[in-house]
Amino acid sequence: MLIRHPLDIPPSEITDPARYAARRKFIQTLLLAGGAGALGVARGNPPAATPGASLGKLQSSPFSLTDDKATPFKSVTSYGNFYEFGPDKESPARHAHRLRTRPWSITVDGEVKTAKTFAIEDILNWAPLEERIYRMRCVEGWSAVIPWVGFPFSELLKRVEPTGNARFVEFWSLADPEQMPFVRLPLLDWPYVEALRLDEARHPLTILAVGMYGETMPKQNGAPLRLVIPWKYGFKGAKSIVRIRFVEKQPATAWTKAGPDEYGFYSNVNPDVPHKRWSQSHERRLGEFFKRKTLPFNGYAEQVAGLYAGMDLRKYF
Amino acid sequence: MTRTPDSRQLAQIKAALFLVCLLPLARLGWAAYTDDFGPNPVEFIQRWTGTWTFNLLLITLCVTPLRTMTEWHWLIRLRRMLGLFCFFYASLHFLSFIGFDHAFEITEIARDIAKRPFVTVGFAAFILLVPLALTSNQWAIRKLGGRKWQELHRNIYLISILACVHYFWLVKATALLWPLAYSAAVALLLGWRVRERRRKAIPVPRFATAKPVKFFKQKPE
Repeated sequence: MLIRHPLDIPPSEITDPARYAARRKFIQTLLLAGGAGALGVARGNPPAATPGASLGKLQSSPFSLTDDKATPFKSVTSYGNFYEFGPDKESPARHAHRLRTRPWSITVDGEVKTAKTFAIEDILNWAPLEERIYRMRCVEGWSAVIPWVGFPFSELLKRVEPTGNARFVEFWSLADPEQMPFVRLPLLDWPYVEALRLDEARHPLTILAVGMYGETMPKQNGAPLRLVIPWKYGFKGAKSIVRIRFVEKQPATAWTKAGPDEYGFYSNVNPDVPHKRWSQSHERRLGEFFKRKTLPFNGYAEQVAGLYAGMDLRKYF
Repeated sequence: MTRTPDSRQLAQIKAALFLVCLLPLARLGWAAYTDDFGPNPVEFIQRWTGTWTFNLLLITLCVTPLRTMTEWHWLIRLRRMLGLFCFFYASLHFLSFIGFDHAFEITEIARDIAKRPFVTVGFAAFILLVPLALTSNQWAIRKLGGRKWQELHRNIYLISILACVHYFWLVKATALLWPLAYSAAVALLLGWRVRERRRKAIPVPRFATAKPVKFFKQKPE
């Protein structure tokens, strides 16, 4: 005789595994790719003063990589170059805790109608924050895939008016010996100044990043705001920016001053133009054992090659 | 103070030293086991094997000065093992370079050796180490003869200088502290040898008062 035990949960209440998985996927998409755009949510961004705080819902971007796996957060935050905190790859993670990211403001001056100073709290509300999963290629031959959080540089251009003379943009990093112990040493010509041609800065791929991996920017990665230009070598992306200056003439930048024949103004990722001391044809993704081929313009040739039409990239390296 | 260990004790010392010399390798094994090579695994492996090659090179070069100063002549009997471990870590270092950097592609390896000066120098040092490792056995010493063998093995001085150059050339201009420290150690160890050589080369002075023996031209009467 078949005895039927009454079920605690009626079958109708049990979630179908397929639905369950789909729900998980949905939440993951929401968290990782940033479902805010899909949901049409673009309210004010949370203040997020401390590094490691969640940046809330993010808009996804068509510029994000879809196939590449993001490099582990731990690798990106424990290995990198930020000479203000020391010359070793491990130095930034060790010393960057001394950086004070509040209060923080950024002055925009030079060839603009009116110079302005913006508080970081206001900048965070300029535009809905987007997640941009980009390749990052260091001039030294290692690379990563980083989900940055930020907004296009062009958002700044809506708030200041460059004059007709403005052809280049400089990005000045903080150089405070109290917070950045290695600024006392003449490792580079401080403060660290990087620069772009105005059309490069305007390009939709160029972003001002205020976070990564869905959180506010870790100090060792350039909190509270840094530049990210994914088709250029990593050092072009100035960290902990305090000043943005529009200028007429091509400026001398930190690494170009340190080694003019090794680090050019453009520094576009180019496997065919070797560094003076090593080849740039291959790179090693953090965490991987074998090297992979470096792509022209770091894989963004389709979007940016036009910026350099007719230029000899060997000469303008 | 010059107590010499008997053959049993020496065997124990050698066994202990062998195990100690394996510790750097064990560190790599542990990293592999726990999958914790850090953010850039190959860089970690290359630096680790390179550093321990250099450490063992310095330790090997310490044997003779230490022996002279302490008069513990049995120390010389540990030198071969230290030298061979230096070669062992150099081989791992070289393997990680040709394997991880170039996936064992000969043309790529050759191009890199020609292209990057620090690689050229490191490769030269490794090539010079090979004959020393090959002639580290008793049979080779007998075959070559002591003097020839010693002349060949003096290449280690050149190798240590090449190792310094290799180290200097690979670091950033902002991180010269370690290569400087290693080079200072090499300079000290080679300098000591130069001084010893000079000291031994000075002839023993004659007694100022000594007179040559006089011979009579003629037989005295």
